Amino acid sequence: MSLIDSISLPRKVRLPRSDGLVQWIVPLAIIALWQVAAITGFVPVRVLPAPSDVALAGWKLLLSGELVRNIWVSFWRASIGFLIGGSIGFAFGLANGLSQLSARLTDTTLQMVRNVPHLALIPLVILWFGIDESAKLFLVALGVFFPIYLNTLHGIRTVDPQLIEMGRIYGMTDGELFRRVIFPGALPSIFVGIRFALGIMWLTLIVAETIAASSGLGYMAMQAREFMLIDVVVLSILIYALLGKLADSASRVLERATLSWHPAFQKR
Amino acid sequence: MQTALRTALPETELASRANFAPHARVVREERPLQVSGLPLNIRGLRKSFGDNEVLRGIDLHIPAGQFVAIVGKSGCGKSTLLRLIAGLEKIDAGSISFGDEVLPEDIRVMFQEPRLLPWARVLSNVEVGLGRDRSSGDAHARAEKALSEVGLADKRDQWPSVLSGGQKQRVALARALVSRPRVLAFDEPLGALDALTRISMQRLLERVWRDQGFTAILVTHDVSEAVALADRVLVIEEGRIAHDVLVNASRPRARGSVELAGLEGSILSHLLSADDRT
Repeated sequence: MSLIDSISLPRKVRLPRSDGLVQWIVPLAIIALWQVAAITGFVPVRVLPAPSDVALAGWKLLLSGELVRNIWVSFWRASIGFLIGGSIGFAFGLANGLSQLSARLTDTTLQMVRNVPHLALIPLVILWFGIDESAKLFLVALGVFFPIYLNTLHGIRTVDPQLIEMGRIYGMTDGELFRRVIFPGALPSIFVGIRFALGIMWLTLIVAETIAASSGLGYMAMQAREFMLIDVVVLSILIYALLGKLADSASRVLERATLSWHPAFQKR
Repeated sequence: MQTALRTALPETELASRANFAPHARVVREERPLQVSGLPLNIRGLRKSFGDNEVLRGIDLHIPAGQFVAIVGKSGCGKSTLLRLIAGLEKIDAGSISFGDEVLPEDIRVMFQEPRLLPWARVLSNVEVGLGRDRSSGDAHARAEKALSEVGLADKRDQWPSVLSGGQKQRVALARALVSRPRVLAFDEPLGALDALTRISMQRLLERVWRDQGFTAILVTHDVSEAVALADRVLVIEEGRIAHDVLVNASRPRARGSVELAGLEGSILSHLLSADDRT
């Protein structure tokens, strides 16, 4: 089988590299199918507008500047919230991974807080912050904190103790040991935390903006629902999907750049 | 307790007399070409883990530059002895000293696993072995030299994950050698390698030891490896040195020679007779 393949399709005649395009075949096919279903009336437009209508709605909002403004506001909230929650989670992960004292002092508390679904705090957060920016940032930061904290901690704790012993034999100072052995060893796990956190970041933001906001994508979707603009509602959902994909791709690029030593990321 | 098994060595004796003979065969050297190692003195060494007394009084002198192999059944305390020598465990009682020094910085250990940093290229893994000289200007040059000593100069920019088991262990050896240590301890360094790779690694170990003259301490379960490499084989039983055997074969050692096989047989019978007694 493989012999026949290699004869009929030798390397040189193979189609140009299409890995980047292959992943878009399924989403595009779904949109095409959806368009056909809408045109033929198989799906009533009141239930689900045709992709072309959604695109048109997007175009109108783009021209009015409303779309760009809302995307920007949401993007800004997501990034700042992620940075705040991520840094605090990373710092606690480092501290508790490296120091027994710090772990004993804070880990139990953090584990208790972790078991409260952070979205359950929305009523409290609204009472504290109103529907201000800080309410959204607080919720996103809180949601992002735990996956990054847990995975940083796990990454540091699971660094191969044999490598740490090796570092000590070769006279590494604590700082060197961290820089050369512990941090690079924990990095794959930290990236798992980052990718989890990115998912939670969008989820939290959507919910927060849907419930209490006066701008942003979630607000745009809620406004559209009030006025029965179903095409704008669908548009918002699609933009969320795209932004989520974008965030994931960004973390993949970063992962590839920093984990090039890892067999899983080496070019074949 | 010292039973020096001196096997008859007609060839070596001939060689030493040959200095005077006109048709002299090349004199084969017994000792490393130059001695740079430290002598090792162990007095009344004891070590327990919980209730389990692993070492029950070890007294041992190793002259500078000697290649000593420590054999014994698993759990006899041989690895513990090595970890104590390398300063990786705390001593319960007794003392270990290296000439005038208690724990010199330049003791290096090679383990069964290569313990390379997977996220550092081969060359920077070797540079780790330089200790505090890591950031000095000639770090690269010294690491490259050590790499070419083990025959891996062309792998300097590879990730460890693409190397074979034997190559990884050679990188670990280069890392241990790069700082020119005076004591090098080996904890089953070839245990995970296939038979052929193991033999070529044994040759490499013997060659670098003869070139550099460090004091070598090899812990192994493989008696044939012990007699092939060491000047002296210590058999450890139940936390004590049960036998201390000199190996007077010429170097480089000829694998499969009758004298080595005889010695191997007698050491093995010691180990096995201890088995019968229990």
